[in-house]
Amino acid sequence: MEFAELIKIAKVENVQLSCPGLLPVKGTLCITSHHLLLSSQPGGNGEQGMVELWLLLRNIDAVEKRVASSSGSITLKCKDLKVLQLEIPGMEECLNISRSIEALSSVESVMMMYPFFYRPQSMKLKDGWQLYPLQHYYQQIATETTAWRLSCVNGEFTVCPSYPAAVIVPTAVDDNTLKKAARFHQGGRFPILSYYHKKNGTVLLRSSQPLIGPNRKRCPEDEQLLSAALNRGERGFIIDTRSAQAAKQARMMGGGTESKSSYPCWRRLHGPLERGRPLQESFIKLVEACNDTSLSMDRWLSKLESSKWLAHLKGALSTACLAAQCMEREEACVLVHGAEGTDTTLLVTALAQVILDPECRTLTGFQGLLEREWIKAGHPFHFRCARSAYSHARLKQEAPIFLLFLDCVWQLGRQFPFSLEFNEHLLLVLFEHTYASSYGTFLCNSEKERCLCEVKEKTHSLWSWLNQPSQQKKHLNPLYTYNALVIWPSVEPQSLQLWQGLFLRWIRSSQYLDEAWAEIQRLVTSCEDAPEESAGDRQCHSQPDAAHPHRQTQLGNAG
Amino acid sequence: MEHIRMPKVENVRLIDRISSRKAVLGTLYLTATHVIFVENVSETRKETWVLHSQISSIEKQATTATGCPLLIRCKNFQIIQLIIPQERDCHDVYISLIRLARPVKYEELYCFSFNPKLDKEEREQGWKLVGLKEEYNRMGVPNNYWQISDVNRDYQVCDSYPAEVYVPKSATAHVIVGSSKFRSRRRFPALSYYCKDNNASICRSSQPLSGFSARCLEDEQMLQAIRKANPGSNFIYVVDTRPKLNAMANRAAGKGYENEDNYSNIKFQFIGIENIHVMRSSLQKMLEVCELRSPSMSDFLWGLENSGWLKHIKAIMDAGIFIAKAVAEEGVSVLVHCSDGWDRTAQVCSVASLLLDPFYRTMKGFMVLIEKDWVSFGHKFNHRYGNLDGDPKEISPVIDQFIECVWQLMEQFPCAFEFNERFLIHIQHHIYSCQFGNFLCNSQKERRELKIQERTYSLWAHLWKNRADYMNPLYREDHSQTQGTLRPQTAPCNFLYKFWNGMYNRFEKGMHPRQSVTDYLMAVKEETQQLEEELEVLEERLAELKKVQLNNRKQNSKQQDRNKHIELSTSNNSIANTPQDYSSNVKSFPSRSPSQGDEEDSALILTQDNLKSSDPDLSATSDQESGVEDLSCRSPSGGGCLPSEDSGKDSDEAVFLTV
Repeated sequence: MEFAELIKIAKVENVQLSCPGLLPVKGTLCITSHHLLLSSQPGGNGEQGMVELWLLLRNIDAVEKRVASSSGSITLKCKDLKVLQLEIPGMEECLNISRSIEALSSVESVMMMYPFFYRPQSMKLKDGWQLYPLQHYYQQIATETTAWRLSCVNGEFTVCPSYPAAVIVPTAVDDNTLKKAARFHQGGRFPILSYYHKKNGTVLLRSSQPLIGPNRKRCPEDEQLLSAALNRGERGFIIDTRSAQAAKQARMMGGGTESKSSYPCWRRLHGPLERGRPLQESFIKLVEACNDTSLSMDRWLSKLESSKWLAHLKGALSTACLAAQCMEREEACVLVHGAEGTDTTLLVTALAQVILDPECRTLTGFQGLLEREWIKAGHPFHFRCARSAYSHARLKQEAPIFLLFLDCVWQLGRQFPFSLEFNEHLLLVLFEHTYASSYGTFLCNSEKERCLCEVKEKTHSLWSWLNQPSQQKKHLNPLYTYNALVIWPSVEPQSLQLWQGLFLRWIRSSQYLDEAWAEIQRLVTSCEDAPEESAGDRQCHSQPDAAHPHRQTQLGNAG
Repeated sequence: MEHIRMPKVENVRLIDRISSRKAVLGTLYLTATHVIFVENVSETRKETWVLHSQISSIEKQATTATGCPLLIRCKNFQIIQLIIPQERDCHDVYISLIRLARPVKYEELYCFSFNPKLDKEEREQGWKLVGLKEEYNRMGVPNNYWQISDVNRDYQVCDSYPAEVYVPKSATAHVIVGSSKFRSRRRFPALSYYCKDNNASICRSSQPLSGFSARCLEDEQMLQAIRKANPGSNFIYVVDTRPKLNAMANRAAGKGYENEDNYSNIKFQFIGIENIHVMRSSLQKMLEVCELRSPSMSDFLWGLENSGWLKHIKAIMDAGIFIAKAVAEEGVSVLVHCSDGWDRTAQVCSVASLLLDPFYRTMKGFMVLIEKDWVSFGHKFNHRYGNLDGDPKEISPVIDQFIECVWQLMEQFPCAFEFNERFLIHIQHHIYSCQFGNFLCNSQKERRELKIQERTYSLWAHLWKNRADYMNPLYREDHSQTQGTLRPQTAPCNFLYKFWNGMYNRFEKGMHPRQSVTDYLMAVKEETQQLEEELEVLEERLAELKKVQLNNRKQNSKQQDRNKHIELSTSNNSIANTPQDYSSNVKSFPSRSPSQGDEEDSALILTQDNLKSSDPDLSATSDQESGVEDLSCRSPSGGGCLPSEDSGKDSDEAVFLTV
């Protein structure tokens, strides 16, 4: 396929761009294989030749056009939730532009996506891909205990196509047993170690549902695997992210949940969480409510309520806290699974780690967590983030489960303003990049697919960009101080808030809040600098971000 | 004192409202001014103090096997649940409290016995901290257009107005008196805020007695005079803050609103803020939502919406924004009224002033603002906040709403206010506490008759003395947010108004952010200041030393500074909290329906009890991670920054009857 075929028109003059909060600008609109550009022309509001818009086409979620006889307007609704308006002289031009955008923004093939073409001069291709190997994580565990080993049973992705090549499993269980246990789990996702809680040696495991089925099948190897995770006489908890009834019903479809008699050392708990379509619909409804500027106060609250987003948030935090509580307070091991084990399961295990482990609350620790618990763990980003809240396309496998995770982390940061090393801005960047990115980090659904597409060879890693000092500085929380304790959030409805920074980002001005953060930064740095030697000069200043045209932070997709 | 039937009850249990399974055993004392609960736990002996004047309702619930429950709801939104072993004791406590919580004479109120050990001079100084004459001078009046009038010197024209009122220079005494006769409660138009820059002003009054057709020449002249006092504009706005329907209904009673045809050059505007009865029941409904035990998100949001509370807050804000805009942007003067002009009018005038003038966003300025728009203009504190036993239909959270408006603005403009949330919460507390004389009675006249200033202390002096606790670290005089008029976003803006957890659930410590950014930044700020000062001193010394060529000694002192610096950051790091009962939030545990059969599949509920049996830490306060909620919320002495701290600090002065 050639991109050129999809570009019906490459350039239109005198296009007016408007978006809430900024003055409209007029300029030349260009369509390239991956971007929509608008550079202002002399006499416009902007400086001459300045790039006013630099938008990744992949970021476009919906294109709505209205044509009159001699002109037309196109509304671009982006996956990062911003809305842009283009006024185009000429009906034909308008139609051609919208056709081109529609075609280019819905290219399905991973290898045709922008990360495979993006070659910034300042970065090397291989950088960043090996920052957080599982081996490193395993070595930390190995210094504490010999009960766990690194297994390459999935080296060829044959045992479990959605698992990475290496997984951490009980030392007492050999690869053959693992293979048999894998056959007893949906998608082959047998129980593996997700997190080792150093404080008391308990572990967090995750898997998919066991294939118990209507005939109550058993699998001795799976039972062996799970009992090997426990020390003699210990008890563990299985947290099923479905309701008891849903778990039971799943038996009819060949799934199910561990029974007491087959797994006598494990007690089962249920923390039902929504996923899939209901979650996507919740996201759509919430965004709709946020964008509806005509609402009265009452209608706003009822729309907020009926979107159920905050209820999902509360559910996710509660279940993660339950898992954390079992480990920290009950000193018991925990296994988390739902059905596939790639969505709510990861939400719970990742969130529990942020709550329990101060390492996961650092900038690099958090990246490592995302790499381990979301990317390598096989969360199907490609499916889940194909479309965002505006799309008119028929929903397939979209669900904002990762966004829900980011929102939960934001809530933690709000309740514990000193305990996360990173700030809201990092969470926003992550949200953007899961939906449309210049980097390959969130491409594909699994490590297997990433290998097939040679993502790690042919695209840049988001981490290596984020870890450039100039970027890092933007994402640090000025209030951060290391907090070794567990951060138990309140999950009362009164304590949870709508994440305005994300959902209202393009709707209300954040000027006054930004000023407040600048003030906080000023106070904290002036304190750091006060002792004569300003030793805290860890971050080097310098390096203006060459890859970014002027107003891109406001308008364009970072990348 | 004669009302206390039962000064002391032992073996009373205080219930933790978040997890009802937690309860502490202790002794309950009734004194002339406070209810005090002292825990039995010997190391802590934690104390919970509640002023009688804070009690809004007492509910005796059905006796159970464990005892007789008593529920005390407070005006500062604290809820105390006690279980008293003997029904008879409970009844005595109940009867005593009913009487103690409803004093009939002003002399029974706490401020007449409260003695912070200040001498007479200090007390007088305290009352002088906030002066309205200075304030009007600051605004720039009297001047060519406005003068001070002594027409109400002996409160003869209007008994709910201050003795000194500012009126247009062209309004003669005859016009004022004539106008007052045409206004409810004779509350004639008077100056509330004057904008030096463009001569526009905010005036306030009550509704005119216009009925269907009545007119009053003097009243028309009065409004004309207000317009003339602003030569830059050829009309004034008359803002009626009531819903149009209410105002029309008033016409039938011979009251109503201005007819644009009768007054030259007015533009009339309704802004629908509901009356005190609607507001009272709205708050009631919202508090019921706050009281729900582990509500679902839907319960909460539905309840919040049904209460209508945020809608009302928004209506008040909108009115304030409208007026501020008229004054600042159009340069047009505004006359504001509602019915009597002492509730909605006070809210709206003070919100508008706050938006217009950065001075009111400072600590001192905010005190002045309350003194000006609320205290002096006869807001009926006694009736609205039920200080003395009275008509429950008169009670309404009018000033609470204003205080919330300020908080909502603080959330939108974090750098604009010199004071912090705590300042607002403490003011709210003291409006009900009756510990200071500022808010006693219904009018200036009554306060003068009672000689309040000679017999009680001023809250403002108390707050000013402790101003370090109330500072907003992000406030800077030269910051852009502290300059000029605040312009809140108006559309779309519904989502800008948020539930104020810090106020309405302030005693539920577990619900709040576990780390205070304000306190941390204040410490940082102080530290920086100190270090800078020390640095300055050191540099001076260094210069001196260099002169004498003695370079050695500076090294040591610098080292000390650094050590101190490190201490600061670590001490702020000891953040602690306990997990709440998360399992109760996980709905639909299977074993709630064991009847389903299939025994092997029934999972277990991880309840607090189950956890407790194996984990003593859950209820104890001993370990590192627990304690925040347990230690801070109740005890006035250990309470950190709560207003009850005041009562704690003053505990030795409290009049003890018993013990």
